[in-house]
Order: sequence, then structure tokens, then C-alpha cells
Amino acid sequence: MPENLIHTRELVKTYRVGDNDIRALAGVSVDIARGEFTCVMGPSGSGKSTFMNMLGCLDRPSSGEYVLGGRRVSELQGDELAEVRNRNIGFVFQTFNLLARTAAVENVELPLVYAGVPLRERRRRALEMLALVGLAERADHQPAQLSGGQQQRVAIARALVTQPLLILADEPTGALDSHTSLEIMALLQDLNLRGMTVVLVTHEADVARFARRLLRFRDGHVVEDEANARPEDAQAALATQKAAA
Amino acid sequence: MNVLGLLRVALRALAVNKLRSALTMLGIIIGVAAVIVMIAVGGGAQARVEEQIRALGSNLLLILSGARTQSGVRLGVGSNYTLSEDDAIAINREIPEAIAAPALRGGAQVIWGNSNWATQIYGTTNHYFDVRQWQLADGRVFEPAELSGAGKVCIVGQTVVRQLFADANPIGQVIRIKRVPFTVIGVLENKGQSMMGTDQDDIIVVPIATARGRVLGSANLAKQRAVSTIWVKVADDLDTKAVEEQVRALLRQRHRLQADAEDDFSLRNLAEIMAAREASSRVLALLLAAVASVSLVVGGIGIMNIMLVSVTERTREIGLRMAVGARTRDILGQFLVEAVTLSLIGGLAGIAIGVGAAVAIAQVAGWRILLSPESVLLAVAFAFAIGVFFGFYPARKAANLNPVEALRFE
Repeated sequence: MPENLIHTRELVKTYRVGDNDIRALAGVSVDIARGEFTCVMGPSGSGKSTFMNMLGCLDRPSSGEYVLGGRRVSELQGDELAEVRNRNIGFVFQTFNLLARTAAVENVELPLVYAGVPLRERRRRALEMLALVGLAERADHQPAQLSGGQQQRVAIARALVTQPLLILADEPTGALDSHTSLEIMALLQDLNLRGMTVVLVTHEADVARFARRLLRFRDGHVVEDEANARPEDAQAALATQKAAA
Repeated sequence: MNVLGLLRVALRALAVNKLRSALTMLGIIIGVAAVIVMIAVGGGAQARVEEQIRALGSNLLLILSGARTQSGVRLGVGSNYTLSEDDAIAINREIPEAIAAPALRGGAQVIWGNSNWATQIYGTTNHYFDVRQWQLADGRVFEPAELSGAGKVCIVGQTVVRQLFADANPIGQVIRIKRVPFTVIGVLENKGQSMMGTDQDDIIVVPIATARGRVLGSANLAKQRAVSTIWVKVADDLDTKAVEEQVRALLRQRHRLQADAEDDFSLRNLAEIMAAREASSRVLALLLAAVASVSLVVGGIGIMNIMLVSVTERTREIGLRMAVGARTRDILGQFLVEAVTLSLIGGLAGIAIGVGAAVAIAQVAGWRILLSPESVLLAVAFAFAIGVFFGFYPARKAANLNPVEALRFE
């Protein structure tokens, strides 16, 4: 059996708010294999965002174990976590989080800057990623000159540029119209088909239908973990939508 | 990220808010310019004092005749001629480290042709020119025969030359001092103002015996060899204080003063007075620079203020950078470089403005200024230090942000 890419055991995260301890995660044990397309769902306050921060090494668990690609990252801190984020994780955010007044190609380069990749090399790799998401000819455009969908594509290119183990997408379609949402989902599905592991957080059931596995959170627990044997094809949905219009 | 990359990021960030960056720099610009102007003006004043010391002649002692008491009224320094030419001769003989020149002083009206001029007559010896470090511009000093035989010759200062002779060559001319004809044998070079503001060139020097016998002679000078003043020059690189004590002891002995008696002369160490003046002008220069540097600190606080605003504004950007792998030192470096860039650009502009202002002051107000490369270097170093010092707190605040909260920041 191939080793799971993500392995968590009894992940707990408590926050102190005033005099009360809030348990955002109350012992979550999940395994995710390489090449999976997992969707994390749940109402706000269910702990899905906290779980996402744990997987993304943005935060440390209060207790429990997290192994990413064979490395026990739950014991790392500070700059070690920054290095894991840099090398192994690609983030896609709801609000894109691109640097304003900065060309698309430079936005894509950013993780390589912190990885210490020389300028020529990182420019080449960034352009390659932009081509992959279909924005090769927009490399010099600044975010303000791009549409929402295009901005999210740049963000996806940025997430891919370090060749991470995992793409973590936090409500990637939350700020997009339905047509553009489908395009982004099609892109993520395409990446997944090429072998990339994708974990997607959303509260839209509409988006979840494209994933192959669904994790439902409530009150800090995983209350549902079901496989979707027949995920919808976003590309096909796009074609149907076009035909209807 | 390397420093060059950080600098590019910093310049781009500063360019986003051009007006804000410029206003922030203004504090540093004004501070650095003020420091440079103040150092230049203070340095100029100090250089002027030092020049006066050189003009006066360093290591100079001035011995004045003592006070006389008449019917219980003390008449002050110089009211009694307690010094004599022999005291000067004794100093020259007994103390090899010193050169002494006795002097008799008085005013007189001098006449040449149609012009006349009231000036100061100095009766002294050739030692006077050595003691005052005063060269002749033309002609010669007194011959021994002229000194001993009360020769009717004189050496004139530049002001007298200008007032009396205008364009004529004074050498060999005969002028009348109190109706006594004197032949001009030399012209003193320009000496300028004394530190008290009197014109040192308004002078005619004659042999001391001539002065006593023909020009300044009066009942007051019953003591035949009395003089009002003795100038003493201490050889360079010698402690004037020690020589001063030797001179005092010698004079007390010659004047047969009891151990408990007061000096019947007054001994002034001019170099010391000048040194005190120099010290006070240096303190003034330092004070000016210190006041100016207060504005630099105020400028630094402005930088800190704006950097704190900038960190808050860019919290999400910081969160994003952290998410894609920026380490603590990357974020710290980014904001530190930004602060230092602000202060250094401000510093360079401040140098340009400060140097310009100093030169303008020199031109318009006619003040003496002294621009030294050290002061410019100091200003740059100071601006750099201000940037680091006041940029560190905001930068650390940025670097210590929690990435989760930073990304969620609205």
C-alpha cells in the first residue's frame, strides 16, 4: 500500500477567547492519498478552516500528529514551517491575494524568490506555469488589468510553481461568477488528473460535486467521509452551460 | 531574498505612495540639512578663532605694569610703570625659552606732506617682530646703532601707509611725529583685526629709546628705563604655563618683592585666553549640531510612524508572503530595508540641501563656513542609523505576525 501523503492523528486545536477555551478541532484523524481530490465542507465554525490552516502548516496543532509526505510537520515551528509551505504546499485563496501593481509573472515567481532560485531560472519556470494555466500572453499584466478568473489562474500558477506535494484551495470560487467558477474547477480537475493532490475547502455543494472525496466537518469533528465514485466533469458542465446559453 | 531584491521591493512599495514617502523623508531631509549647516557654520566660527590665534601668535605672554595706589585710590593696571627695559633684557638672558620685547605705547599725530593721521606709536626693539610673528612687507628692521642711539627711523603699518601715503612708496620718506622728522625704513605686512576688533595695522614702530626721548617722553617716565608692557613669546612646543611661572619668579626677584607681597605687574597668558575662546566656540558648534540632530530624531519618529501604518495596511500581503514561504528574516529585512531606504534617500537629499544652504549662507550673509567630508559622512551614517533604529520596531512587528491572522485581516 503506498504511503498516504497526508496523515493526521487526533489533531486538536484550542483557542483561548477571553476566559473560555474554544475547541476548533476536537481530534481529527484523516488520511489522504497522493492524487486524491478531496473537498472539505461544513458550516462556518465547524473547524474546516482551522483544519485547512493545519494542513497548510500556517498554524500548529495544540496536540496530535500531522505527517506530510513522510515528515512529521506537527513538531516543526517558525521558519521550518515556512520552508515546508514554500516547498510542499501551493495555496489558492478566495480573494486571490496577488501583489498589487506587480506583473503576473512576478507574482508567480514569488515563492521561488523565497526558495532562493536565481532570477533567470525562476522567470523561466514562472512563464511555464502561466502557459499551463493559459495566461502566457498576460505575463506582463498587473492584477488590476486581469479579470477575476484570470487572477485566480495566476494564483494557481503561483501555487504550482514550486512543484508542491499538495494544492490547498480555500474557497477558490467564492469570489467568481458561476461560469468562471466552472473554468477554475475544470483547471483544478485537470491538474488532479495529471497527478496533483488537491484539497479544496468550500461551503458550496455545487462545487463539491467535482471532488472525488468529501469530508464534512461539524463542531470540530469529521462527521462524514464519503467517496464520490462519479465526480462530475467540470469541462463537460462548462460545455453544457455554453450550449444552454 | 538578497539585499538587491529587497531594495527593489522597497522602492516599489515607496513608489506606491509617493507623496507619503516624500513627506516622511522631509523630516530626515530637514534634519540632515540642519545638521550639515550647523556643523558648517560652527566649524567656520571655530576656524576663524583658530586663525585669530595664529595671527596673534601662539604662546604669547603679555606683562603689564602694575597698579599704583594714590591716596588710597587704586589706579589700575598700567598706572605705574613698574616694568623696565632691563626686565626684558633679563628675561632674554635668564630664560632661553622666551623672547621678550619691551614696549612703550602712546598716541601721536603724524604728518606727511599735506596729509596727517592720528595713530599709535610703539617704541620697542627688533624682538617685537619675532614675538608678534610679524613680517615686514618692505624695507628693513632697526639697525643696532638706531636702537641704541635713538635713531629717528620708523616702521609703519598698512593702515598708516594707506592713510598717509595713499599710492606713494613710503620707504625713504620723511614723516613728522609730534614735529620730529622720522625716516620710514620699513613697512609691516597686513595683520588684520585683533580679536577685540581693533585695527592692528594702525601703528608706527620706532626704536624704544627714540620713543622715550622724542615722542612719548613725559614726567611720568621719570624712571628712565620704564616701559608699560613687555611682550614675551615662549618657544613653540613648550609649556607656556611653566615659562610663565619662570618669568613671574624672575620679575618678583628683580623687583625685590617679599614672599607675601602681591605682584607689582600683571601677567597675562594670551594663548590661554584664546584657547578658552576656542573651547567656547567649539561648545557652541556642538550645541548647534545637537539642536539640529533633534530634528533628525523627530524625522526618525516620522519614519517609524509611517512604517507602522504601512505594516498595518499590508498585513494581508505579509500573510501571503508568509504563506508562500517567507521566513521571519525575509519579512524583517523587507521592512527594515524600506525604512532605511526612506532615511537614506532623505539623507542624501538633505546633504544636497544642507550643502547648498551652507554655501548660500556664506555668500549672502558673508559668514565663514567649513564644509568637511567628515560631517557629510557623519550625516549619512546618522541617517542610516535612524532608519535602522526607527525601522526595526515596525519591521519586527510585521515579522512576528501570525500568518493565519494576517491572511484573514480585513
